Amino acid sequence: MTIGLGHYLAVAAILFTLGILGIFLNRKNIIVILMSIELILLAVNINMVAFSTFLGDIVGQVFALLVLTVAAAEAAIGLAVLVVYFRNRGSIAVEDVNLMKG
Amino acid sequence: MTITTAGYSLLPVLPELTLAVGAMALLMIGAFNGPKVTGLVTTLAVCLLVVVGAAEIMLPAGKHVTFAGSFIVDDYARFLKVLAIIASAVTLILSREFLGDQSRRIFEYAILVLLSTLGMMVLISAGDLIMLYLGLELMSLSLYVVAASNRDNAKSTEAGLKYFVLGALSSGMLLYGASMVYGFTGTVSFAGIAAEARTGNIGLVFGLVFLLAGLCFKVSAVPFHMWTPDVYEGAPTPVTAFFASAPKVAALAVFTRVALTAFPGIVVQWQQVVVFVSLASMVLGSFAAIGQTNIKRLMAYSSIGHMGFALVGLAAGTQEGAQGVLVYIAIYVAMTLGTFAIILTMKRNGQPVETIKDFAGLSRTNPIIAFFFAMFLFSLAGVPPLAGFFGKFYVFMAAIKSGLFVLAVVGVLASVVGAFYYLSIVKLMYFDEPVGKLDSMRVELRTVLAVAGVFNVLFFVYPAPLVNAASFAAKSLF
Repeated sequence: MTIGLGHYLAVAAILFTLGILGIFLNRKNIIVILMSIELILLAVNINMVAFSTFLGDIVGQVFALLVLTVAAAEAAIGLAVLVVYFRNRGSIAVEDVNLMKG
Repeated sequence: MTITTAGYSLLPVLPELTLAVGAMALLMIGAFNGPKVTGLVTTLAVCLLVVVGAAEIMLPAGKHVTFAGSFIVDDYARFLKVLAIIASAVTLILSREFLGDQSRRIFEYAILVLLSTLGMMVLISAGDLIMLYLGLELMSLSLYVVAASNRDNAKSTEAGLKYFVLGALSSGMLLYGASMVYGFTGTVSFAGIAAEARTGNIGLVFGLVFLLAGLCFKVSAVPFHMWTPDVYEGAPTPVTAFFASAPKVAALAVFTRVALTAFPGIVVQWQQVVVFVSLASMVLGSFAAIGQTNIKRLMAYSSIGHMGFALVGLAAGTQEGAQGVLVYIAIYVAMTLGTFAIILTMKRNGQPVETIKDFAGLSRTNPIIAFFFAMFLFSLAGVPPLAGFFGKFYVFMAAIKSGLFVLAVVGVLASVVGAFYYLSIVKLMYFDEPVGKLDSMRVELRTVLAVAGVFNVLFFVYPAPLVNAASFAAKSLF
């Protein structure tokens, strides 16, 4: 069996769905949410690189590199906000993020 | 000296370059002198924004495209950039008191606002999906930090955390959409996508829906609005004023540009989405606001509703509709900033008060503030002849001319329901017993209030400059 564009897209779609589910079903830990966000961005990168290869167009790979860079910055900021939050509340359980309704 | 090389002229990005270099220079000033220069850095940041705004206006007229089509400066971009810069500068002025407090001397605040404004400018000028993503992230990453800037306050940090998680999720969806659009059109530039996207290919529509979902989150339209009330309530009030104004301008700008310049060939597909989102936002914004007791939460639902009204113009998909969106967002920014200038004065004995009940009897203790606040509330509700009425008028006219009668009728009904809660505050101010005098209003708040208030009340006397500028700006999209 040859591996075609469809297979790559399927893997990316599965990873993307896992990432979304990880954010919504996870009731325990905010770190898991940060990991789910990374998963979503990596799914996008697989998509980008697969399309780039199959279209014979380099722009997709450039985009993927930029996404990687931004993902690093995003993780740094997320962890920083999480640390500040932990100092105030002493917990990073998802159930405890409830000072405001909604 | 010439700085032009073929296709990569630096002249169109001069304002952005100035802002980036200026923000970094201010960061150095802050880093070397510590918290004691917070006031100075904030003042210089406002001056820098004024310079950048002037540079944007002084750029040679017409349309400039640079970086191989990924950065566009046209009348549309100029109009919205100037609006976003004004909104950022005014929020920095409104923040002076918040930053003056000994425990909160954070000079980084002004720098983050500047960088976020830079992100907005890039976003507004984006000509391809890569630029769109980078601008959006530069704006959002700064905003997450600003939301949590009162870092010893549990509510502020919780607001920052919630905003971060949901914001990152929405960026992920937007990116996934962007990757699908890229895959099925083979290009990332809006012009290229427009040339390819002539038929509703299923993969392309799939990508388009994800892209729109990400953008809806940024303009806080239903069903992606859940973060708005919590973040507005939790963030420090000057930050809430910022969230309600400048980022909304940029997000709405890029929403309109993507829909109208990248997908003009498949209007039918995105129009359904925009119509639904706009209907749901208007209805939820009106009904959910009724039970609120916190004024900042109320403003959050109000802004959800207003984004719904602005999207009515986009749903029309015409040049008139785009003009309506631009007029609406400009008037919305003026009303919101004026209202927040009043919310920021809500202090008794130096302690901020945030519940709606605290406005009771304001007409007897502070008659001038009460008058202006009543005018803003009437305007937010869309009562003629105040500015808010004209905003709604232009978008609904555009919707009716495009045959979207249901949308226009529901919009008018939603604004009637919305009037209920705005007017109940007016009733509280004018007919209830006073609960005590507020602290006196600071001079910068007074100035902002006076300018926004006069604009709001007297807009109908001379609406031509704004309406004509919006008309030129809308023309440059088509």
